[in-house]
Amino acid sequence: MEILETKGIKKSFGGVTAVRGVDLQVEEKEIYSVIGPNGAGKTTLFNLISGFHKCDEGRVLFKGADITNLAPEKIVQLGMGRSFQVTSVFPRLTVFENIQATSLVTGGQGLSLFSDASKMRLKNTEEVLSLVELVDKRDELAGTLPAGDRKKLELGIVLATRPEMLLLDEPTCGMSPVETTGTIELIRKIAREMSLTVLLTEHKMDVVFSVSSHITVMNFGVVIAAGKTEEIRNNKLVQDIYFGSTDQPSGR
Amino acid sequence: MEFDPSILLGQFVSGLCRGMILFLMASGLTLVFGVMRVVNFAHGSFYMLGAYMAFSLTQAFASTPANFWIALALAPVGVSLVGGLVEYVLLRRIYSKDHLLQILLTYALIFVIGDLTKMLWGVDLRIVQTPPILAGFVSLFGHTFPAYYFFIIGVGLIVALMMWFILNMTRLGKLMRASAEHREMVEMLGYNVRGLFTVVFMMATWLGGLAGVVISPTVRLSLGMDMEIIIECFLVVIIGGLGNVWGALLAAFITGQLYAMGILVLEKYAMAFLFALAAAIIILRPSGLLGKAAR
Amino acid sequence: MTNANKTKWIAGSAVALALIALPFAVETWISQYYLYLIIKIIVWALFATSFNLVMGYGGMMSFGHAAFYGAGAYTCALLMVKTSCPMPLAFLTAPLAAALAGLVIGYFSVKIKGIFYFATLTLSFAQLLYILVFKWRSFTFGDDGIQGIASPALLSTLDTYVNYYYFALVVSSICFYIMWRIAKSPFGMILRTLRENPERSTFIGVRIQRYRLSAFVISAFFSGVAGALYVFLETSVAPDVFKWSVSGEVLLMGLLGGMHVFFGPALGAVIMVLLNSFITSYTEYWGLFIGITLILIVLFFPQGVGGLINEQLRSTMNRKAA
Repeated sequence: MEILETKGIKKSFGGVTAVRGVDLQVEEKEIYSVIGPNGAGKTTLFNLISGFHKCDEGRVLFKGADITNLAPEKIVQLGMGRSFQVTSVFPRLTVFENIQATSLVTGGQGLSLFSDASKMRLKNTEEVLSLVELVDKRDELAGTLPAGDRKKLELGIVLATRPEMLLLDEPTCGMSPVETTGTIELIRKIAREMSLTVLLTEHKMDVVFSVSSHITVMNFGVVIAAGKTEEIRNNKLVQDIYFGSTDQPSGR
Repeated sequence: MEFDPSILLGQFVSGLCRGMILFLMASGLTLVFGVMRVVNFAHGSFYMLGAYMAFSLTQAFASTPANFWIALALAPVGVSLVGGLVEYVLLRRIYSKDHLLQILLTYALIFVIGDLTKMLWGVDLRIVQTPPILAGFVSLFGHTFPAYYFFIIGVGLIVALMMWFILNMTRLGKLMRASAEHREMVEMLGYNVRGLFTVVFMMATWLGGLAGVVISPTVRLSLGMDMEIIIECFLVVIIGGLGNVWGALLAAFITGQLYAMGILVLEKYAMAFLFALAAAIIILRPSGLLGKAAR
Repeated sequence: MTNANKTKWIAGSAVALALIALPFAVETWISQYYLYLIIKIIVWALFATSFNLVMGYGGMMSFGHAAFYGAGAYTCALLMVKTSCPMPLAFLTAPLAAALAGLVIGYFSVKIKGIFYFATLTLSFAQLLYILVFKWRSFTFGDDGIQGIASPALLSTLDTYVNYYYFALVVSSICFYIMWRIAKSPFGMILRTLRENPERSTFIGVRIQRYRLSAFVISAFFSGVAGALYVFLETSVAPDVFKWSVSGEVLLMGLLGGMHVFFGPALGAVIMVLLNSFITSYTEYWGLFIGITLILIVLFFPQGVGGLINEQLRSTMNRKAA
């Protein structure tokens, strides 16, 4: 069953067309990667799907419902969580509070005026904390965390929104090989345990080929190839884009 | 309500005057924002300084009939010198900082300049005499106007022309427009952006001071002048769109007319129309009439 | 009871006792003027704390909060002077009127995008109210202001400030308590996320405008209470309560005392009311002082005094735990 579908979505900024008609289908509980050179339109695609930008044309369907141009907070409430390439957390709140706040909103208690927030949603917060392996950093201020932990925290925030689908924008950006493996394993584990669909963008080919079941290749704002990982690995167009020759990619 | 066309004409001209003054003010404010990305909350204070300096200069040269013209020439320069000092000593330190801090700094200046003005000129209301050449009246289409009104309109038009010329025909203007769009690029190309900022700020304060001088014969100078003008000025900039000089001109014209015609309807509360228009703009087109559309 | 809790109780009781005994001590041994000053501090502390809901918690720098303070003050004063409204009713209506102003002003201010637009709009609305009250002589008595506002005999400040002190203390304590609860509530936490990272906040499902507007209205309500307290303290009111500089003063209190700590602005109020009393006895250039202090804070202490203390507390706590 398709959990996400886009039909011909387009977006221009000023004179520049970032996305010029993208048809995408994402099957649920799978891990999809979107790859392409810089400027291919991957982040804009994410922004259009998650409601950050308005589509000039086209439609976005999530779980069968039309969410085109819906406000981002509503899309989140429908079950789509999104992480950002540059980690986006709440710096002067503690790690615990970052997740607790999210959990409160998800639980519909954000507008509660007189209860003591510090005593609420403890179980949910603890669960998420242990899922992203940040239990021992719970009292640190999020702004003081090292980059790797910040990424984990952001993942935690996204998970606390109880999503059915994750949009992850370059989740291993700037990480060392060791951290990368760790993060990818974490994502794989979480996706499996919580039955999530994952749509991610990445530049590291080994990551892409090792974790995804499906790959979508973009360039110049359109999808030039999409399909199961093995098909894409052997696809000539993709090879040309990435390796500029007919050599086989050294898939790992 | 009976509308005598000559009253309408009278209000139109008076609205034009008000619009020109607002243009002088709003253009300075919007220039500083466009090029320097700084909002000068204290812009009205420089306006007030211009008026009071005009007072002192006209007093100092009271013996000659040309005293107003001396003030017209010198006061804006004096104000721009103060502006340059402020830019050099204070503003330079906060360009890289949070916008919030920039706003606070210029807001603090309102207090400082306000009290300094009080110190130098006291709390009594001051008067600046209209220059004798312009003290008379002009008859146009059955209505008599103070000749001075046409002087104000003339000054506004000349300044608008000057601005068009500088922005489009001079190297300085090109630099200003480039910095507004791509500051880092301009810096990397080796231009002295710091110097540019000082110049732009001095230009803006010169405009503010000029507005103060020009308006001084028509009002009684008081210490509340800075806040009286700045609100309308802000509304004009909001309506016209931040950073756009021609938006400021359009919005200033509209505002002037709205106020002038509004007086016919609501007498003392014509300001309400202004707020209504600003409110409408905020809801319908938040980037202003000619501002860049938001994402 | 643990030792930590015991200490808290003892300290709390001591403070409470001191607060109760204070007025007598001050009026007898120092002077009536100082008791008046203390009440003034209470009023401003309430105003500053409610303002901080918007600035420190919500991350919105409002330059026109005097609008709500003044709305509360004038509603109260006009009801007392123009109708035969009993004092308690006038006192309760004032914050409601202020909250209404908060709703209207907040609606437009919150909709607009950009710090500059927000700052100028809030400033402009407050200035609009100032001009309105100034010019509408037939209704508000214009710049003559309203004098001789009578409080009920029990609270009257004609002979002594002691009774009014207790009244102000009780009212403001209730308000502080409510605001404290709000700050610690989920609403308060989400407000802080709005301050920290509005974009992220949207992406966890927060409707930003709803929270911001609510913060505005709540803040306006309590600023209105402060305004009403002011009216009966001074028994008079003038359009100056709406003045742009009043908004600036409360802003400075928040900055001086620390925006990210609940009682920071109250501390700032203590500092500024005392300084004001001291400085204005020597010079009439209080505005100069405000301006220079603001400039110094911007250039050298962007965190604000209270915020710095909090950070130091944290680091000593961490060191102890290690």
